[in-house]
Amino acid sequence: MSPPVLEIDNLTMRFGGLTAIDRLSFKVERGAIHGLIGPNGAGKTTTFNVVSGFYKPTGGEVRLRGETISGLRMFEVARRGVVRTFQHSTLFAELTVLENVLIGTHMSFPPNIFAAMAGVDKANRRAARARAEEALEFFGLSGLSDELAGDLPHGHQRALGMAVALAARPDVVLLDEPFTGMNPEETRRMMELMVKLRNTGVTILLVEHDMHAIMGLCDRITCMSFGRLLAEGNPQEIRHHPDVIEAYLGGARHVA
Amino acid sequence: MAKLATLLGFGAILLALPHALSFSQQEILVFLTINVLLVASYRLLTLTGEWSLGHVVIMGVGAYASALLSKRLGIYVPAAMLLGAVTAAMIALALSFPLFRMKGFYFLIGSFAAGEIIRLLWKRFRDPFGGPKGIKKIDPMPDFDIGIYAFDFFEPISYYYFALAVVGVSLWVMWRIERSPVGLTFHAVHWQDRLAEASGVNVRAYRTLAFVLASGFAGLSGALLAHYIGTINPNSFDVEQMVFVLTWTIVGGTATFYGPILGCVVLTILNEIVLREAGFEQMRPLIYGLILILSVLFMPKGLESLVRGAFSGRNARKNSAGETEAME
Repeated sequence: MSPPVLEIDNLTMRFGGLTAIDRLSFKVERGAIHGLIGPNGAGKTTTFNVVSGFYKPTGGEVRLRGETISGLRMFEVARRGVVRTFQHSTLFAELTVLENVLIGTHMSFPPNIFAAMAGVDKANRRAARARAEEALEFFGLSGLSDELAGDLPHGHQRALGMAVALAARPDVVLLDEPFTGMNPEETRRMMELMVKLRNTGVTILLVEHDMHAIMGLCDRITCMSFGRLLAEGNPQEIRHHPDVIEAYLGGARHVA
Repeated sequence: MAKLATLLGFGAILLALPHALSFSQQEILVFLTINVLLVASYRLLTLTGEWSLGHVVIMGVGAYASALLSKRLGIYVPAAMLLGAVTAAMIALALSFPLFRMKGFYFLIGSFAAGEIIRLLWKRFRDPFGGPKGIKKIDPMPDFDIGIYAFDFFEPISYYYFALAVVGVSLWVMWRIERSPVGLTFHAVHWQDRLAEASGVNVRAYRTLAFVLASGFAGLSGALLAHYIGTINPNSFDVEQMVFVLTWTIVGGTATFYGPILGCVVLTILNEIVLREAGFEQMRPLIYGLILILSVLFMPKGLESLVRGAFSGRNARKNSAGETEAME
């Protein structure tokens, strides 16, 4: 078995007196679609924010291919091959669809101001554009290149967010609730695209509430509750895990 | 082709313009040309979303540096001007370390404080900055002859042509930058710095880059000013001047490259020619303030929105988002 691409090791994140993540450990295998689930407030998004470098963890480590990446800044994590998307539709709403994806190509084709002034970066720009168009095509957005991102319908905006991430050619993508606000048909199509993406060798870690999508998509699932690891396994194991059922239904009973 | 013709026609008008003006109007034209560079450089800074209140002081850094270098060290004036611009850029680079720990409103206040500190240093240190009286008898541009035209810098018209060339080249460079992937990244940093950073953009570095470039061009405009008027002092670069720059920028609009330039040109004409000639000398600041308020209320997208409204939607949109040049 190849070593895990991403290792979360004894990770702790405290905000003042609140412990959002409590000694969490799990591993993401190369080429897997790995789900991170848990009731609201379990610390899933915080985990994403730590892994992607948005927060510096209070304790513990995140390792990418054995190298510690926790504590690095977000762009440094991205440059090592871990690219994330955001909850909601976080996009450059004022820029066109194509321009959004061109930002995604930033790492592969870093802009050079002197080359730009001298006009000798044509080949670079052309390659970036080709990469961007490829990413748009993958998500079926080709016809929308010149639209403003803010004008797109919600489902397309979610897809565009993923296209921006994909344009960076990441090794690992972190998808934060990619199916939120999608209708079943859009969700089904997005699931197909994710399988296709995984088949190109990208490792996917996703946070999601849509259990149907999670169970149908993931090779492996980590379930969190109150910042801790609750259970881990394949979808079958998670579905029948007593602690998971307790966490979800127990939570529901409290609400009711 | 049509674009080239428009550009040539525009150039011809700019060259012919001073001949239709009186001596004092020619002087105003020189200031206007310099201010166009200042306000365009300010827009370059605002591309990443940060507004500074220290921009005019940075212009002053360029003016002081160029004046001192030519006066004390006898450096050839055009070279001193370039070194003045470089000095302004370097000072901006140093300032970026404390300033870019802040964002938005805090950056605004921080930049104001940094500017005031620089101005106090000019006042405090009589040597070399000349204290509150500033620097006098700054070397003028040396006259030269390019065959078809002999520059006599005692004449505003000659200095206008010189400034026009410098400003023209500077604007062209800024335009190239904005239309390049670098410019696109500036926009990205402005609109969604988190997503930009997640895409591997070093947001802090890009903010600094925009600040340093904008400051360099502001410094150049300061150097142009210093060697034209021949005397500068700390009050030439006080916050009142900064308010003018802000007014031009806001009234013009910042969505397009030409917005702030338009604001600067229109308001200068209004201020200097219409109001001064019409005898409203005393009331000018009042009317200026009124224009600012009215334009924010009734034209929040600036003068540029009027221009863009005149073209079709698609054309106008193309200008707006700083689209990278098409490659075909």
